[in-house]
Amino acid sequence: MLHTVNKSPFEKNSLSTCLSFACQGSDVLLFEDGIYGALKGTQFESEVTEALKKCQIYVLEADLRTRGMRKENLIDGIKMVDYGGFVDLTVNNNTVQAWL
Amino acid sequence: MSEEIKKKFLYVNRKAPYGTIYALESLEVVLIGAAFDQDVSLAFVDDGVYQLKKDQDTSLSEMKNFSPTYRALGDYDVNKLFVEKESLEARGLTLDDLMNLTYEDEDDDWAEKSSIHVITRSELAKLMEEQDVILSF
Amino acid sequence: MKFSILVSEGPYQHQASDSAYLFTKAALEKGHEIFRVFFYHDGVNNASRLTVPPQDDRHIVNRWAELGKKYNLDLVVCIAAAQRRGMLDEKEAKRQGKNADNLNEGFRISGLGQLIEAGIQADRLVEFGD
Repeated sequence: MLHTVNKSPFEKNSLSTCLSFACQGSDVLLFEDGIYGALKGTQFESEVTEALKKCQIYVLEADLRTRGMRKENLIDGIKMVDYGGFVDLTVNNNTVQAWL
Repeated sequence: MSEEIKKKFLYVNRKAPYGTIYALESLEVVLIGAAFDQDVSLAFVDDGVYQLKKDQDTSLSEMKNFSPTYRALGDYDVNKLFVEKESLEARGLTLDDLMNLTYEDEDDDWAEKSSIHVITRSELAKLMEEQDVILSF
Repeated sequence: MKFSILVSEGPYQHQASDSAYLFTKAALEKGHEIFRVFFYHDGVNNASRLTVPPQDDRHIVNRWAELGKKYNLDLVVCIAAAQRRGMLDEKEAKRQGKNADNLNEGFRISGLGQLIEAGIQADRLVEFGD
């Protein structure tokens, strides 16, 4: 399954809820305000790093850059994708679940 | 066309009722969707569990009380309402705090059964993996 | 692959419509098919003919209409959500006794069944909301 998270973990619990539901081998895409969950140095870093053991986490580059962040701000192991990559993630997973 | 394909539809409800319209408009999708003969389940997680709280009285807030509509779901063959145990417990709620939603099981001599199933996060996660279409509200 | 897109929030208030648009465009450019784009909740406001955004910013409604025209997309606005929020086409306005309509060209108003059908007929349903 592809899980998408578009809200900041500081605003809503959607990221935490998503990660606790994501099964081994899932993909998670952080986009819109969800990109804040992908950053080093926040109180969510350890939770996200732990989740990387069971799922691959991606961040939408467009939304990262829009918010003044860059690749070097990302937690190690998180990969950047563009919108084409976002489309590919939906194709490569059976279902998409949006955590709003 | 649509009649030949049967997919597993899951409606995920994570928001409390009345503060926003999502709970009401989610229910409207479920009711319309019931006519399409798909395999429908509803999940209530986080504040979504509050949607099923009994004794909703909207007389002072002057909003329409749509909680009775949940009772109609059983008549539309929507009888898989999964409530996440951890979300209930975090909110100090038990099954007794929720509406008594039932359906009549035609495969069991029309016996009246509960439509609400309290399951763990881990069980719900497995159920989510089995779905074809997930709509989040 | 065949996609259906669900847009659950209105223009500008949330980024949902922007994300949905850019995703839809990317999918089309990759050669995928879009079965339907369905607008629900405040998403119905993406079909308003009356928006006047600042000139130096993207015109969300026009962008959807232009994409719809270019690729012959089915842009559907939910009738129940539209009525609640005052989004009416000419027919609905007359039917409801209103003295104006505001649905932009390129969109059509229809029932929630179109969303369910969109989920049944597509290989993937992708939702953009809040």
